[in-house]
Amino acid sequence: MLEIGLAHYLTVAAILFTLGLFGVFLNRKNIVITLMSIELMLLAVNINMVAFSSQLQDLVGQVFAMFVLAVTAAEAAIGLAILVTFYRNRGSISVEDVNLMKG
Amino acid sequence: MIVQGLVFYLFAFVVVASGVMVIYARNPVHSVLFLILAFFNSAGLFVLMGAEFLAMILVVVYIGAVAVLFLFVVMMLDINFTELRRGFIQYMPIGALIGIILLAELLVILGIWIAVPETASVAGAPIPPPVETSNTLALVRLLYTQYLYFFQAAGLVLLVAMVGAIVLTLRQRPGVRKQRIADQLSRRSEDAIEVVKVEPGSGI
Repeated sequence: MLEIGLAHYLTVAAILFTLGLFGVFLNRKNIVITLMSIELMLLAVNINMVAFSSQLQDLVGQVFAMFVLAVTAAEAAIGLAILVTFYRNRGSISVEDVNLMKG
Repeated sequence: MIVQGLVFYLFAFVVVASGVMVIYARNPVHSVLFLILAFFNSAGLFVLMGAEFLAMILVVVYIGAVAVLFLFVVMMLDINFTELRRGFIQYMPIGALIGIILLAELLVILGIWIAVPETASVAGAPIPPPVETSNTLALVRLLYTQYLYFFQAAGLVLLVAMVGAIVLTLRQRPGVRKQRIADQLSRRSEDAIEVVKVEPGSGI
């Protein structure tokens, strides 16, 4: 029980990923929460990478986790910029209001 | 060993609990703060796994930059927070269904997964013993040699993201008085001063 192995970390990451997915589905009124849920999912992916890297004694996993971090930062910046522009045009941040291209 | 296990359970519990609170908190500002708590504790998990550099990067970049960016944006938007919670119950069944299916799949994969002993010998870049080379040094030696192009590409991705964010949010508002230095520099005395001959007693 107190002997911590790979499976423990993978379980935490799996729970965190599911929580992120859950947040994307549940919060239809607030794009900010959706973006934060995506951050949670990417964090779970990073925990997976580092767990395998430490288990297999292979440093490449940590290098890749760094690249994932860089892409996540870019994604957050672009997502929030789109959010601010959308709020300026519509005055709301509800996902249901994003229907301009629905026809 | 026991201490390591207890610390792992502490970090793991706080990560999962704050992940739940990110989704369920009524106020988006509280959500961002719980996200920061989740990042801190996963940095602790990284330290436990021996990835100190990534843990520090997580604290500096994630909490220092990304989470604070989230915080600023949430505070900038003037939103009615009670309005945001509607429809939560409505999407609960489908969300719960998909979440439970995904979690079950992940746990099934986890249950049948076994590590072949040979995997350690085919490592692309074996981790050097920590007493000789620190995690940061080993990571940087790999990153600046073998993964140099990928590193540069990551920098380009960030540059494009920065330019994109500026382009998206920059706007010229009419009626704002701004200093235009070119106009000031190209101004001549003939434009600025007008000499008027005034007849005595008539005024201008």
